[in-house]
Amino acid sequence: MNSTDTNNHAPTGTAETVPPDQTASVDGPGPVDLAFPPYLTVIEPGTLERLRGSLAAEASREGLVDVAYRIVDSPVGRLLVAATDRGIVRIAYEREGLDAVLQSLSDKLSPRILEAPARLGSAAREIEEYFSGKRMRFDLPLDLRLSAGFRRTVLAHLGDIPFGRTESYTEVARAVGNPKAVRAVGTACATNPLPVVVPCHRVLRSDGSLGGYIGGLEAKATLLALEAAAA
Amino acid sequence: MDTKQPFEKLVELHGAAVLRVCRAVVGPLDADDVWQETFISALRAYTELPADANIEAWLVTIAHRRSLDSVRAAARRAVPIESVPDRESPLGIPDPPGDGVWNHVARLPDKQRRVIAYRYLADLPFTEIAAIVGGTPAAARRSAADGIKKLRILTSEDLPEGDSHEQH
Repeated sequence: MNSTDTNNHAPTGTAETVPPDQTASVDGPGPVDLAFPPYLTVIEPGTLERLRGSLAAEASREGLVDVAYRIVDSPVGRLLVAATDRGIVRIAYEREGLDAVLQSLSDKLSPRILEAPARLGSAAREIEEYFSGKRMRFDLPLDLRLSAGFRRTVLAHLGDIPFGRTESYTEVARAVGNPKAVRAVGTACATNPLPVVVPCHRVLRSDGSLGGYIGGLEAKATLLALEAAAA
Repeated sequence: MDTKQPFEKLVELHGAAVLRVCRAVVGPLDADDVWQETFISALRAYTELPADANIEAWLVTIAHRRSLDSVRAAARRAVPIESVPDRESPLGIPDPPGDGVWNHVARLPDKQRRVIAYRYLADLPFTEIAAIVGGTPAAARRSAADGIKKLRILTSEDLPEGDSHEQH
């Protein structure tokens, strides 16, 4: 309830309205807004997009953007691709919640995050080439700081599984020298901050079933089918 | 929570309000530049901002300072003349085509125009506004009331024949 208008009597059945009290109106927006020309309150479509674009460009030039990101369309849905000055730091599927992903980057890396597509031109191009079957290896600088310890060791190995091939969680555990750590390999894949580019989708269960995937099993199946067709 | 929103989120949430304030304070031609300078300054200072700060008040404070810079720069660019013509905008803000009402807003004293913009376009309380423009919250409230009154008079002077209060 926000009934601060002292002139607001109960309806009496007449159509007459009481002229607004000019001093009371200072307490809230209301009729005063009518005094402003329309272009002060109505912002034309496209204006903010244009301003945000030039803000991102200028902020990048001045070195003020710690995390730049871009949304890339793909056959497995929209992907958020984020980079620091060291390289690609995060790729996220839409189902992870793009706002939640950005908030987590803000907490873990820096809140100086802007959508700056120009900073991610080559990443977007390579990802598009990959999905159109024209690229088998990514040639992008990666920033692996969101992953540490054993998980990072696992991610480093995943990059060695060739395009179009798969390994089982057990094989990966053996390959990284810790054959008993099958579950930990599963966790490392599930928390891979750079899906698609670091190919955790190439790791399956020993019986050949898909296991899990951060982008959903449908996305995992799509990537594997794409690689099988292009390899 | 001592976590901060991604800066992009601030632009998304407050970009429009800050642009309205910039337009009201420096006029439509310089508003884009002041908007960008505001967010560049904000981005530079963002990591030091306390997590529980009122973001919109903080952004309007920065916009206030950047707009003062812009007004000073405009004044430096201006050619000094003997006497200022009557009823000229204090900022020399050109009239956008087809919208004479801007003249009224521009004709208000600087402080009244700012107080009205911060109150009615950024929706800040008078305590925050007083912290931004100086003086007491009561003085800010009085400035807003005076400015609104003046705007009403200026607007009604321009109205065509008849009384706007009556609807037939």
